[in-house]
Amino acid sequence: MLKIHCPYCEEDRPELEFHGAGEAHIARPTNMAELSNEDFEKFFFIRDNDKGIVFERWRHLHGCGRFFNAARHSVSDKFIKTYKAGEKKPKLTKKEIEAVLPPAKSTPANEAVWTIEKEGKK
Amino acid sequence: MANALRIQPLEDRVYGNNGVILQPLEACERISLRAEDKAIAGLGKAIGLALPKKPGTSSEKNGIIAMWIGPDEWFVTAPEGTGLEAKIDKVKTGLYSAVSINHRNTGLTISGKNAVNALNSGCPRDLSLTVFPVGACSRTMIAKAEVILYRTDEQEFRVECWRSFSDYVWKYLMDAARSA
Repeated sequence: MLKIHCPYCEEDRPELEFHGAGEAHIARPTNMAELSNEDFEKFFFIRDNDKGIVFERWRHLHGCGRFFNAARHSVSDKFIKTYKAGEKKPKLTKKEIEAVLPPAKSTPANEAVWTIEKEGKK
Repeated sequence: MANALRIQPLEDRVYGNNGVILQPLEACERISLRAEDKAIAGLGKAIGLALPKKPGTSSEKNGIIAMWIGPDEWFVTAPEGTGLEAKIDKVKTGLYSAVSINHRNTGLTISGKNAVNALNSGCPRDLSLTVFPVGACSRTMIAKAEVILYRTDEQEFRVECWRSFSDYVWKYLMDAARSA
């Protein structure tokens, strides 16, 4: 079973207690009423859906009930770290990223299509 | 005047087999307490014990138990007749919400030398004494039902669940006990 570290409970808990809640760090526009339909669509529906390192919201639904954020690899499903909601996107070290890489070239789905340099540009 | 008789959902049940004993809890008072930092001290005074601030811990005094559930959430329970609601009502400092969940929740105790094994059949938490010592508490899952788990003794746990789930939880643990 996958263990997820809850930053509020300060403990590794089984995945059963958690619920994924989509991409993290999406800023809600302050001028919502003035947005064009296209811009609203971009904010509301369009997500990066990256293959590789992703930043996600999670909720410890059957635990403390809190939302928090996590940095995770979307192919290997391994978590790099979790942090409290409201905290800044953490800077990931090369070592942390390498630790969660999927096995190299085992199946096409596992082949990384990103590089660390590309990730750093964001 | 006619009085409504309150029947506990697990009333009259008892089960014991293979080193596991299941017993329904007696009726008691239960409060779901949410509070901001400013209100914590006052609430503690009103209830008669300090609300635990460390994740997964609880405090107990005179039969009143306060369990840490989340960063601003506690599950407070006391014997019937304590008057928790009235006590909390007097607190005027800070924002808080105290909801009586007495009629929504029910509880059971599971004890015996195989209690941990029976629980672990549906709950993947590490229930060893080092990680989950006596007095530890947490909201978690038993199979498909959300529960609050509270360790009252080395081989005894209190399981709080919604009353509509209680039949499921009871039967699940019964089944688990058979193969514990």
